[in-house]
Amino acid sequence: MSPAALAWLRFRRHRAGLAGAVFLLLLAAAAWSAPLIEAALGIDAESVDLFSRYAPPSAAHPLGADDLGRDLLARLLRGGQVSLSVGLAAAFIAALIGTGLGLLAGYRGGAFDTALMRLTDGVIALPLLPLLIVLAAVDPAKLGLDDGTDASLFRVIAIVALVGWTTVARLVRAAALAARAQDYVRAARALGAGSGRIALRHILPNVASPILVATTLSVGNIILFESVLSFLGLGIQPPAASWGNMLAHAQETIWQAPRLAVWPGLLIFATVIAFNFLGDALQDALDPRS
Amino acid sequence: MSRFLAGRLLQAAIVLAVMSFVVYGLIGLMPGDPIDAMIAADPELTSEDTERLKALYGLDRPVWERYLAWAGQALGGDFGHSRIYHRPALDLLAERLPHTALLMGLAFALSVAIALPTGIFAALKANRFADYAVNFLCFAGISTPPFWLAIMAMLLFSVTLGWLPATGWPAAGDAGWLERLRHLVLPVAVLGLLSAGGITRYVRASMREALRQDYVRTARAKGLSRAAVVRRHVLRNAMIPVVTILALDMGALFSGALITEIMFGYPGMGALIYNAVMANDYNLALVGLLFATFTTLAANIAADGAYVALDPRIAFRAGA
Repeated sequence: MSPAALAWLRFRRHRAGLAGAVFLLLLAAAAWSAPLIEAALGIDAESVDLFSRYAPPSAAHPLGADDLGRDLLARLLRGGQVSLSVGLAAAFIAALIGTGLGLLAGYRGGAFDTALMRLTDGVIALPLLPLLIVLAAVDPAKLGLDDGTDASLFRVIAIVALVGWTTVARLVRAAALAARAQDYVRAARALGAGSGRIALRHILPNVASPILVATTLSVGNIILFESVLSFLGLGIQPPAASWGNMLAHAQETIWQAPRLAVWPGLLIFATVIAFNFLGDALQDALDPRS
Repeated sequence: MSRFLAGRLLQAAIVLAVMSFVVYGLIGLMPGDPIDAMIAADPELTSEDTERLKALYGLDRPVWERYLAWAGQALGGDFGHSRIYHRPALDLLAERLPHTALLMGLAFALSVAIALPTGIFAALKANRFADYAVNFLCFAGISTPPFWLAIMAMLLFSVTLGWLPATGWPAAGDAGWLERLRHLVLPVAVLGLLSAGGITRYVRASMREALRQDYVRTARAKGLSRAAVVRRHVLRNAMIPVVTILALDMGALFSGALITEIMFGYPGMGALIYNAVMANDYNLALVGLLFATFTTLAANIAADGAYVALDPRIAFRAGA
């Protein structure tokens, strides 16, 4: 059997991970077909209707309506799009930064390696949430950046990626350091391969699975951070929906309509736990030793 | 040991200095500035007045010049006044500190009290149903948004059952310890339960690693009972990495405390920092963030120290 087939076999045995993967696929499919679902059910994520404020679930609003009479189901789907986009994009960018810096540090070594490791030590030691709050409160206009419609989305992605690259950087650095002394790397060098080629063609494939596992696990964390920032009013800005900002007024509306507080939170919880199970399953599948 | 400690202290001082500059620069980039706030508060201000005020507060100078002036004063113990409270920023922080220490201390104790026995139990029942159940609960703990758990706890215990107060803190003087305790239950439970998930996973992993070692097999072969091996050999070795993880977790615990304090209207440092950032209270936000960084760094150094103290092999290798 090929290594891939063996990995798939081990992955399938992790039932929670499999369930997580199925849930995430269904969620992504539903979130990105939100316009179709909205058209089919005759609902809309942004049309305000003050006559149906706090409306209970009905044919017109399958899950009820929020404090402005907007359809809850439609907003949950739109929010899912935002949360998944932020989580995947920020995790991907963080993995790219971390892989680049980790390869450079592990393969080159020297002063750059020392400086990078001290830097990651520093970033890992920081209490992240206060730092994220300050970063999120920065006014893009003062940095000369334009304040477009999707600005808050890109800003959240950039902020989280900026502090999230350290885990991958450390993993890749350790793996590159170990690989540097291996025979296959020395053989490649003896054949005349340059540093860049060795790093990308010989070392990178060998660290691909820990990167994949760490990145999958980080998606869940990023979605949590995004929801906290949006909840505090510093992340995704209304009227765009995000699961976090849908909960922003939940504390005040908890008396009239507790379901407004329950649904977005449940979806955050389910999505984050699904990513964590998926990461756990990938780890079991790709690293049989652990 | 002392050379090791000196190196770590120097490193922490550098991280703190870099952090202070970064945060100083970032805070200046937040929307509006104190002068804008004064203009909004007093329509009679003329443009000459604002220029004069800017010069007075040094806001017409470049950021690094202002930072050096601030750092010079800070090193002398003067962290400036809070703009919203009109009092020295450090005093305000010192007032809130005991509240946060109480919340974090109790939550930490709760999470360790849950995590240690549960993690050990799960490791001993590896790959059995109980292990899977514990694992699921741990994943649930690390996957729950803290602010949402706070809302749900209020919904259940304050709104529906009416057992506990939802938010706030009794005014000084007029409440007994029982009333304070009632206000502490929900924040401590939320913070403690959520951090228990991650710690349990570490305890379990560390125990399983220790159970795999050769000395365990040797001890069993000598005829020692499984319980005796676990108690005398496995537990002691498994707890070394756990101590480190507990200290390294301080940053995450502080982040959790910040959210918990905001949710429950608890008068701690986290809520103070958050309000300071939101209200452009530069001095207060700065000293708060630096103090939070300082505490986490101190916890990390304590973790390294504990590691060296608990594991003689490490001290031997370091030659200290």
